[in-house]
Formats: sequence, structure tokens, C-alpha cells
Amino acid sequence: MTFRKYLVLAGITVFSTLGDSLLARGMKTLGGASLHNISGLLLSILNPYVGLGIVLLLAFFASYMSALSWADLTYVLPATSLSYVLVALIARIAFHEEISNTRWLGIALIAAGVGFVAAGPSATPAAGEDPMHSEAGSSGLRLNNE
Amino acid sequence: MNNVYAWTAIAVITLAATTGDVLLAYAMKRVGHVGELWQDQGLFAVVRRILGTPTFFLGVLAMAVAFYSLLFGLSWGNLSLVVPASASLTFVANAAAARIFLHERVGRRRWLAAILVAAGVALMAM
Repeated sequence: MTFRKYLVLAGITVFSTLGDSLLARGMKTLGGASLHNISGLLLSILNPYVGLGIVLLLAFFASYMSALSWADLTYVLPATSLSYVLVALIARIAFHEEISNTRWLGIALIAAGVGFVAAGPSATPAAGEDPMHSEAGSSGLRLNNE
Repeated sequence: MNNVYAWTAIAVITLAATTGDVLLAYAMKRVGHVGELWQDQGLFAVVRRILGTPTFFLGVLAMAVAFYSLLFGLSWGNLSLVVPASASLTFVANAAAARIFLHERVGRRRWLAAILVAAGVALMAM
């Protein structure tokens, strides 16, 4: 079950990254969106990049809902934040945006935060459950709520 | 920092995304463990249980607002500004909102992770 848990978290990360990137690519091709052109905005899903981006974001949504059914929001969000590192790498590779030293530092902080929360308990115990059970993830002993 | 449109979009995305996240997390906790439910009663039961939870639709509505704000934001600003900036603010807002509205236990480990990630994401927006 632990492997499947990390698979779902990885799915959230990858699907949201690729989805966002494809949407950005599509919207750049279409030109600026504007409040005066609502029909243009609605028709933007016909663009292949935007369309595929939306499909990937739907896959993201399904895995996100699955994760939220067994884990806390404050666990799922930091645990899947590697997607912002992936966005930066894709922005560099596909859009040739520069990655500065500051941004590399940001990447390191995010990676540290992800490691921190992912090693800990994934869910707040329901009332009546033994609280020790879910707080035990910190050192060596790993008890996941599954 | 002088791109007013991009930062307006970022503010709207943050507010809508936090509202959506909290509502969806609440809805899915009421639905229960999706994997176990799927195994026991099949995918149809999962879908029916989710569609029978009104909070789910409110969450989706808030997420739709965040999604369309993101489409606007992405066409006005860089992918590497709009996405990290709104995300950083959303982490902080969500940690507080999950504690207040969802009664999640946000211990030292979670706060440290949320702060590290939010700081890292903010650095990436510079």
C-alpha cells in the first residue's frame, strides 16, 4: 500500500506539471486572453496543446481526489510540491527561461520540505484512535495510516 | 513586480484555490478511502458516492474559478512567475485553513515543510 501511496503522489506531481506546461504553451500560441473575448477563451480548448493539457489536468484531479480521501490536505500539498521544481526545469528546457542561483536555492528548499513531510504521518488520526500511531513517523520507525 | 494584471490574477488564483482545496478535502474525507471503496464495491460506487457529496461541487466550482484565473494569468505573465507565486501563497493559506476548518493536526514537521516549500516557491518567483 505504501508503494501505491507514493505512486498516487507522483502521479499528482507529474500530471499537474505537464498539464500546466501544455496549457502555457497553448495559451502563448493563441496570444493574450482578454475579458473582451470570452468566446475566444472558451474556444481555446480546441487548441491541441490546451486540449491535451486539460486531459492531463483531469488525470491530476482524479489522483488528487484519491489522495485527499486517505491523507491530510497539509500532507498532500507539500508532498506533491516537486511539481514546481519540474515546472522550472520544463520552463528552462522548453521555453528557454533562465534558472538563476536564487531559483536553484528555491528548488533546494522545496526538495527539503518535500522530504520532511513525506517521511511523516499522512493523516490526522480520527477521534478515538491512538494518537501515538500517527506521530511515530519521525525517526526510524515508520507507521503509515493504512 | 510591476505587472498589475499578473499579480491580480495571482491573488484571485490563491483565494479560489485555497477555498477549493479545503472544500474538496472535506468532501473526500466524507466519501472515505477511495481505493478501499473501489476494491469493495467497484468504481461505480465511488463515482456515485462522490457525486452524492454536495461539498464536492462547491469545491469544483472554486477550482474552476482558479483554473480560468490561471489561464488569464499565464497569458499575461511568465509560467515561472504566475505558477510559483500563487502556489507559495496557497501553501500558507492552506496550512492555516486546514487547521481552522478541517481540524488537521499541523505539527512541527508539517509547519516546517509548508514554510520550506512556500519559501522555496517564493524564491523561484524572483
